[in-house]
Amino acid sequence: MWRACPGNRKARHVVRGEAMKKVQFNTPAVPYLLLFPQLAIVAVFFLWPAAEAVRSSFYLEDPFGFGSTFVGFDNFVDTVTSTNYGRVARFTGVFTFLVTILSLGAALLLAVKADKVLRGASSYKTLLMWVYAVAPPVAGLIGILLFDQHVGPIVKFVALLGWHLQIGVDYYDTAFAMIVASVWKQIPVNFIFFLSGLQSISKSVQEAASIDCRSGFRRFWTVTFPLLAPTGFFLLIINITYAMFDTFGIIDVVLKTEPGNNPVTLVYKVYLDGFRGNDLGGSSAQSVLLMIVVFILTIIQFRLIERRVHYT
Amino acid sequence: MKRLQISDHIILLAGVFFMVTPVVLAFLTSTHDAVTIYRTGLQYSIGDQGLSAYGTVLTRAGGFTKEVNGMVMLKNSLILGFGFAIGKIVISMLAAYAIVYFRFPMASFCFWVIFCTLLLPLEVRILPSYEIVQKLGMVNTYSGLIVPLIASATGTFFFRQFFLSVPDELLEAARIDGAGPWKFFIDILVPISKTMIAAIFIIMFVYGWNQYLWPTLITTDESFFTLVRGIKQILQVWVGAQIPDYDQAMALAILAMLPPVVIVVVFQSWFIKGLVESDK
Repeated sequence: MWRACPGNRKARHVVRGEAMKKVQFNTPAVPYLLLFPQLAIVAVFFLWPAAEAVRSSFYLEDPFGFGSTFVGFDNFVDTVTSTNYGRVARFTGVFTFLVTILSLGAALLLAVKADKVLRGASSYKTLLMWVYAVAPPVAGLIGILLFDQHVGPIVKFVALLGWHLQIGVDYYDTAFAMIVASVWKQIPVNFIFFLSGLQSISKSVQEAASIDCRSGFRRFWTVTFPLLAPTGFFLLIINITYAMFDTFGIIDVVLKTEPGNNPVTLVYKVYLDGFRGNDLGGSSAQSVLLMIVVFILTIIQFRLIERRVHYT
Repeated sequence: MKRLQISDHIILLAGVFFMVTPVVLAFLTSTHDAVTIYRTGLQYSIGDQGLSAYGTVLTRAGGFTKEVNGMVMLKNSLILGFGFAIGKIVISMLAAYAIVYFRFPMASFCFWVIFCTLLLPLEVRILPSYEIVQKLGMVNTYSGLIVPLIASATGTFFFRQFFLSVPDELLEAARIDGAGPWKFFIDILVPISKTMIAAIFIIMFVYGWNQYLWPTLITTDESFFTLVRGIKQILQVWVGAQIPDYDQAMALAILAMLPPVVIVVVFQSWFIKGLVESDK
């Protein structure tokens, strides 16, 4: 977060990549030497694989390794028109929407309360943020135990309400477990950002607002919420990216690595088709489609950072 | 006013309950034996087994994996966490230093090439990345595990921003005193970046330690398994087991989360500073 004053020129230049030091070294070879390790890694492990993904999305590769044929956009057409892909894409959309909304909403509520209370504020903060450090597959593992058919307390509890919950068997029940675990894992990051956003709102603004507007609820929606909006937009993008990509570990564990008829996300399908199904062309075409999605999200994200400089 | 405070605390306590309970249950369950757990469900008290499941997971090979025990996986997790964090910090500090403090023709081109990597997470280019690492003969090596993860430029971008916020006068003064690029970097820039380095180190260590998909693909040899990678092994044993080793599975889950959680909690203020200011 740039704590720059409104319209700070330098901060805006940072985003555009135009910033320059007034004084710089003029040694010719040194900068290349310093950049070499980073550029070498980027070239070998980023540019090459990315180019390879794009290339193989236009080819039909023989699964036994006997060469490949150029097929133009066939892989893309096959991917987009297959009913399974549509189903997975729809699930990814719903999953992403729910995980994002639920984890942002819960985190915002908790951050507002944690910012307000005086007693125990730092204990609450610690207890609400430490899950950040838990790996997604670990979250998934604890999740499947809580949702386990034989031993899971959640299964026993909802059975009292008449819900016969079966993860791994029922499509919607499995999706439910994935969403709960993913939201649990994501609340801490959102909480940290919202809380620091709230704490950076100046005390004088808050005091002025509390004189003008006595209803705490209205004050939140008319003063605090708009001031938090830039953080919120930024987190929205972060959360969409998380729900689409970083939940891989949770999904893999909840499915116990055997998807069957259960819901999977688009990234999981790239992995399944590429590594289990040996459909290299199809998997690459899906990768390229996802690259386009990420590309758009990143562009939006950087535009938002640029705008956010004016707010904070 | 008083009532308002109470409802605030109730909401916060509910949040804490939601975040903490799953892990507490996992821990309590790990102190019982598998048969008890299978018969009566997850446990709500400390069991008679104590921490023996942890001993089993750490020292005995077999069960989930056939060749390695938890100590080896712990070692591999530490190598991945430290290797990734240190490698990333060194490489990205050097690159950011070059971009910010040197005038050379390719500067903005290099910046954009590095910046590009922020656009695509590893997950979307996973198959070609795997093939390339395989071609280079880096499957089942620590470098194959760590180096491709460093390809994303988050660290470079972060250090670049930080260096830009360092006052120009420092370099002017250093140059008047006759300091060259290397001396300026080691004697001035690194010391003033200490807090930033610590913050980034924590974030990167947690990120490296928690990797799952990449280690799953790159390490097929059990002696390279990390604790998080070991979870995949648990699942494969579970499918078809009569009474799954719930206690050991939970012990492994707790072991796999303990080091990053301790680091994040202990160095909380640095970690939050790094997270909020790096924005990525």
